[in-house]
Amino acid sequence: MSAPIELAVLEELASTESGPKGTKSLRARESPLAPPEAQLRVLNDLRLARGDFNTALAACGWPELRPAALEILQINVGRLCNMTCRHCHVDAGPDRVAENMDRDTVDLCLAALDRTTAHTVDITGGAPELNSHFRYLVDQCVVRGKHVIDRCNLTILLLPRFADLPTWFAERGVEVVCSLPHCRKRNTDSQRGDGTFEKSIEALRRLNAAGYGHGDPRRRLTVMANPVGAFLAAPQAALEREWKIDLARNHGITFDRLIALNNMPISRFLEWLIETGNLLEYMERLTNLFNPATVAGLMCRNTLSVSWDGTLHDCDFNQMLDIPVATADGQRPHIRDFDPDALQARRIQTRRHCFGCTAGEGSSCGGATA
Amino acid sequence: MTGYYHPDHLAKFGTIAEGNKELATKFFDWYAAVFKEGALSEREKSLIALAVAHAVQCPYCIDAYSKTCLEKGADLDQMTEAVHVAAAIRGGASLVHGVQMLEHVKKAGM
Repeated sequence: MSAPIELAVLEELASTESGPKGTKSLRARESPLAPPEAQLRVLNDLRLARGDFNTALAACGWPELRPAALEILQINVGRLCNMTCRHCHVDAGPDRVAENMDRDTVDLCLAALDRTTAHTVDITGGAPELNSHFRYLVDQCVVRGKHVIDRCNLTILLLPRFADLPTWFAERGVEVVCSLPHCRKRNTDSQRGDGTFEKSIEALRRLNAAGYGHGDPRRRLTVMANPVGAFLAAPQAALEREWKIDLARNHGITFDRLIALNNMPISRFLEWLIETGNLLEYMERLTNLFNPATVAGLMCRNTLSVSWDGTLHDCDFNQMLDIPVATADGQRPHIRDFDPDALQARRIQTRRHCFGCTAGEGSSCGGATA
Repeated sequence: MTGYYHPDHLAKFGTIAEGNKELATKFFDWYAAVFKEGALSEREKSLIALAVAHAVQCPYCIDAYSKTCLEKGADLDQMTEAVHVAAAIRGGASLVHGVQMLEHVKKAGM
């Protein structure tokens, strides 16, 4: 049973005022691409010369992909969002009301957390702040001494009932990892919807005013950049230098660090690749730029990803493709059956989309990995 | 072979080594070194390359550096400004010769 959401809130979320809308969710449009199995079929059917991920891994000394020590518990609390960006791999949107983590599952996550070595809890969505148990979850993680990350779309901070969040986060030392595809308006709005850039800049100003982005490790502001189109993320270190200058000069905004993430051929970005005739070339680019130096640092090796209903996945991308972690008995793995030793011994599930994390400098929820 | 400027020639650029491997190796090594980050960033160098590609009107270079500029973090605004710089220098280069013309007219005319 997911947390009930009031009708007035849903109407608010659906409005352009609450958050720009670049498109509608595949689910809302009843797209044939909405089911994960349809997406996997499209990727598998592509004729790629070097399209087998496990072969690529084996060729560079990784016959099996297994986890390293668990460092991050990533909790996806739901797919509800005030935005509908064109590249969203979650297919999030204001219509995704059914998929939201309930209090019991939140508590199961906390109980599991107590049995792990994880030092960080990475909370994502959708817009995770929309889940009614979000603040409870953050507080409980902070009480446990965990480093907490909120993956924030920025525009949500402008809604009146979330206006206190920058200060609330600051009081708890929560790291804000915010989405900003580009430091300039054109690209940001084209991917995330008209008006996103201005709202994002205003939200960044509020975070700066709450103490974020000034070098204080307890108020760390991380900007997450991703390409606006069918190409790889730019070199992370160079982008950080240039964006710091650009955002300071043009908007008076400071931030602490930048991480760059490749777009994954999943959900709405997959749809966009197909519709624009870019899919084959993009996948060829990912496979041709396979970089063995990225493998050791892949996020599936140090992260466990929990979905809104408590299912366990190797990463958020596998979660969206409905590929749960492998279990010895073949049962669907749930957080209530959390078994750290069995999970540590698992083999990580890979498919063709995994080339998105191994191309070029590598890509993860923590940025480049090479 | 019919016609000029085949798009697949860009991907075959390396085959130029067939006639002289040593020179080709030197060229490609030097080329790679030129575009490494130095006093200028890779993004800035790509924008210069894009502008020069338009000035020398090389379709292969325009294809290559339109993509590279995007991958290095440039956007359409920046790329369009770079192309205008190339166009302005080309236009200016023509127009500044007009001073030579003017001096001829002044000398020869009454």
